[in-house]
Amino acid sequence: MSLHVQSTRDPSLTSYYVTDAFYRELIASFTDWQRDDREITEPAERERFRALLEREARLLDQLNFDDWLAMYAPECIYWVPGTPNGGDPRREIAMSFDDRRRIEDRIYRLRTGYAWSQAPKSRTVRMISNVEVFAATSADRRMVRSNFLISEFRPDGVRFLSGWCGHRFVARNGRWEIEVRQVNLIDCDQNLRNPSIVI
Amino acid sequence: MLEKINAPSIRPVASADLYDWDELVQEDRVHRLIYTDTAIFAAELTNIWGAVWVYLGHDSQIPNNNDFVTTKLGLRPIILIRDSAGKIRALFNRCTHRGTTLCRKERGNAHMFTCPYHGWSYLSTGKLRAVPWPDGYACDFKDAKFNVAQVPRVDSYRGFIFGTLNPDAPPLIDYLGGITGPIDEWLDRNPGGKVVVCEANRLKYKGNWKLAYDNSGDGYHVVFSHRSLLEMENRLADEANKGMSYYKGSPDSKAMYMRYTGNGHHFKDKRPNIEKRSGGLWAVEGPAPGSEHYEAEFRRRFGAKADDILDLAGSEPVNINVFPNLSLLGNHIQVFDPVSVDETNVTWFGTSVVDVDGTLGDALDEINALRMRTQEQFPNFGEVDDLANFEEIQRGLACLEDEWVYMHRGLGIPGRIKTDAKGEVTAPATDEAFMREYIHEWKRLMKASPNLVVQREP
Repeated sequence: MSLHVQSTRDPSLTSYYVTDAFYRELIASFTDWQRDDREITEPAERERFRALLEREARLLDQLNFDDWLAMYAPECIYWVPGTPNGGDPRREIAMSFDDRRRIEDRIYRLRTGYAWSQAPKSRTVRMISNVEVFAATSADRRMVRSNFLISEFRPDGVRFLSGWCGHRFVARNGRWEIEVRQVNLIDCDQNLRNPSIVI
Repeated sequence: MLEKINAPSIRPVASADLYDWDELVQEDRVHRLIYTDTAIFAAELTNIWGAVWVYLGHDSQIPNNNDFVTTKLGLRPIILIRDSAGKIRALFNRCTHRGTTLCRKERGNAHMFTCPYHGWSYLSTGKLRAVPWPDGYACDFKDAKFNVAQVPRVDSYRGFIFGTLNPDAPPLIDYLGGITGPIDEWLDRNPGGKVVVCEANRLKYKGNWKLAYDNSGDGYHVVFSHRSLLEMENRLADEANKGMSYYKGSPDSKAMYMRYTGNGHHFKDKRPNIEKRSGGLWAVEGPAPGSEHYEAEFRRRFGAKADDILDLAGSEPVNINVFPNLSLLGNHIQVFDPVSVDETNVTWFGTSVVDVDGTLGDALDEINALRMRTQEQFPNFGEVDDLANFEEIQRGLACLEDEWVYMHRGLGIPGRIKTDAKGEVTAPATDEAFMREYIHEWKRLMKASPNLVVQREP
């Protein structure tokens, strides 16, 4: 854990950062952000974030959760809305809305050997495309939109999960860390079979 | 009085004649066919999904006149609507002209529905409003047969809306019977005895719907099917008491119990395992996003009352199962929805609380935010493993020659199962007594020849 985080506030162990103010800021920053006037078209900048998203996809396909989670800021959110417009997670159930501790719960569970929905484990291949980078309200943040297609093999066949991601990156410790990852499945409001992988 | 019309007039082989039901459903076991046979599934659409009160939706989903949600009664597409006069109706989502569904939205507000195919339009009462170019017809469109068919009996109990096509079914309150006690207690722990549906974790599995209902009161599977969840939610705990940890060790010696209340309904009461005090429920709730922040915040702002508020975000340790498709557990309204003989939707509607008397004030959003996060835990980390096991049952049942599925835990042990004067059956938490009781009720229904009707506005 990073040194500047107090041990009593270690977000792996306790959850103090998910507050009403946090939710309000989160909802605001994920509203109306994909705007032409905020798009950053500089190739180097776009390439930087494309590379980060491709690395994240590879680490998830490899089930390398330690390196995957190391891409995230200490206080982070993995958010899979259950409605197409994201919604207000204070007032509605999401498919998933994990803080760091719950992300670590998710990984812990998958590693117990008793997560029957992942026995055997799914094999996945993720394709990431249409990466667009947008300025955020503060200079040390970026919003990134990407489309994804996950091919998921389980013993009875291959299925496809598709949608788009909204990543919020923050510049921290000399690198760009993922602060929020919003995963928007195109069928997020439909009944889904075995959504037990990290999407 | 609305005109009732017998339906359907042309019927396939009656369920009663399909099988020797006593052979398929025995005292201690059931035949694999009840989960795998398409003819039985087809018969269930009449004998179960048409003939008993089926849960259709919640009051809070259609609060205003002309609000609607689309749902299903078995496979019948339904528009559940509060009509322009405030009356709740369950309209068949089917144009009387060519059979087209009238409404393709999942929810909305509409005072009329116009068929996208040929433009026939209907009022929210189901009455035909107009057809294009009526001078091309010789008939009288005032004839009731052109009004949308609807479920003849729609009734609700404390916000839970049910419907049945069976004129001979008992009144809803009698059908629910003894299960209303647990439902009342489940509601009354919330401010004003009210909850509001707020989206859902929506899941499905490739398996028969009864596998979910078999599981709904099953205390035997918990430490096995949910081992990964129990390990996960206790990994940071000082003592491993979070969630359903009380199932570990010897669960049948614990104070929790199962109770079958009749008509297929049953109740698993785990509350006696929990310390009966303000904050007792919150003390065993697993970690959730924001837990520590909100707990500190509520204690600072509400003092001694904070424990009661935190308990609203705790999962009520009950399973209240209303045959055939409704389950209240934790803070969820879970609905089972058959898709085919081997495919079932299970939708975990979340609930939020309302501030009925102003005492929660600006803390309402915060309480509900925490309550949303606690409710996301089980569908994400528990239910997915059950559904995987249901799918594996369905696969296992492809073994044609190995015919029987057992549900005899607790059967034949003297003094273990108690039946009271009302006929309610109580047994230890891991017993399959509820399974045997409900599947015998299912058998009784499958032997029957219900005379289902629809009705139309006159």
